[in-house]
Amino acid sequence: MESISFLLIAVILTALAFDFTNGFHDTANSMATSIATGALKPRVAVAVAGVLNLAGAFLSTKVAATISNGLVNDSKVSLVMIFAGLVGAILWNLTTWLFGLPSSSSHALFGGLIGAVWVGAGGSAIRFTQLVEKIVIPAIASPILACGVALVATYLAYKITQRTAKRKVNKGFRAGQVGSASLVALAHGTNDAQKTMGVITLALISTGILAHGSQPPWWVVLSAGLAISLGTYVGGWRIIRTMGKGLTDIQAPQGFAAETTATAVILASSHLGFALSTTQVCTGGILGSGLGRKLAKVRWGIAGRIAVSWVLTLPAAAAAGGVSAWVADQGDLGVAIVAGVAVAAAVGFYVLSRRRPVNPDNVNEVPSRERELAGPSTV
Amino acid sequence: MGIKWDNLVDVSLASFGITIVVVVLFSLGIAAWSRAGGPSDDSAGGGPARVAAVLCFAACLAVAAYGIDIIVPD
Repeated sequence: MESISFLLIAVILTALAFDFTNGFHDTANSMATSIATGALKPRVAVAVAGVLNLAGAFLSTKVAATISNGLVNDSKVSLVMIFAGLVGAILWNLTTWLFGLPSSSSHALFGGLIGAVWVGAGGSAIRFTQLVEKIVIPAIASPILACGVALVATYLAYKITQRTAKRKVNKGFRAGQVGSASLVALAHGTNDAQKTMGVITLALISTGILAHGSQPPWWVVLSAGLAISLGTYVGGWRIIRTMGKGLTDIQAPQGFAAETTATAVILASSHLGFALSTTQVCTGGILGSGLGRKLAKVRWGIAGRIAVSWVLTLPAAAAAGGVSAWVADQGDLGVAIVAGVAVAAAVGFYVLSRRRPVNPDNVNEVPSRERELAGPSTV
Repeated sequence: MGIKWDNLVDVSLASFGITIVVVVLFSLGIAAWSRAGGPSDDSAGGGPARVAAVLCFAACLAVAAYGIDIIVPD
């Protein structure tokens, strides 16, 4: 019993830690373009996103679909596997954050769990057709869809307002951006905070503390909501810079078009039961808004690096989750070792990030080195 | 493999339609508002343009309210 409660506490803390990284990884989704166009001051933007994420966590009353989402055989999932999967997801989230890459936190979570279950229960516990249907197809389709929609929307926005004074156009679209960005943040809160609540609830159910089919207790909702909104407020400035300034030069009409696209795609798909990554939709929308404006520069070098990180997310998180599962399976000492390595890695990433810090004050400056790395930009 | 192609088409059409409607209405609203609030404030075109702008923005707000309604289950 004692070993169960030690493990359970480790799982809950790790789940909340993942939720925190999810929050600061995804601030960029709702706020990057608003910060880039000056619609919102950087610190105000992350505060708004944090509050709306917390509100979103409470608004949604339905339990998040089981985190495994049918990808793995639920009956074969143990606490150790959940713990190891979460550690794998956190490690990948921190790696991509260090490089300022907007990778999908959901894919990291699924990847970590798949790797951990694979090592712990064998490949037969993974449902590969589900994997293709629920992750691979949406991962390819959703950014392309968002890109196309944002392209047309941006083109029309500039066409319609071309005879209107630039100053008034920018002022109007900046005001609109406050609304469109807030909707993205709210939708994000109802989606992503739910995933962590689902993980913790599943852990509580599997140890018999909660009955089968229980709703998440209030403290789970509160702590998961707080963890994601705190992470959002801390803000992943490196990723915000990549999405707001690195990928393309965003102007207010483009930001409005990209955010409206993201909201519409996310809501339409969740309404019709299609799971997809918020991050990929938002990135696709921003790329499309860059292509839709004449003379806008799209830095394909950065777009390519983001695409590579998307392809790597699932296997990399799976590998990290698998190794963690193998070590953690050796008993409490193994769990402690995995936890220790995860904490040490987090500290290490933080120290590395201090060498080239990105913060609210310099988030809108693209260093010249980044430009060179990105290669020649095309019109 | 049960890939729901119908759903994918539905999502594509719905998000395309909604986005275009909102962005076009908002752009028209800004253009009309700018015309109404220009230096020729008292001219005959000011009134109708202002009404048109308000209608456009109201329609965008209505779509946003519908979006919040979808986000909040029940």
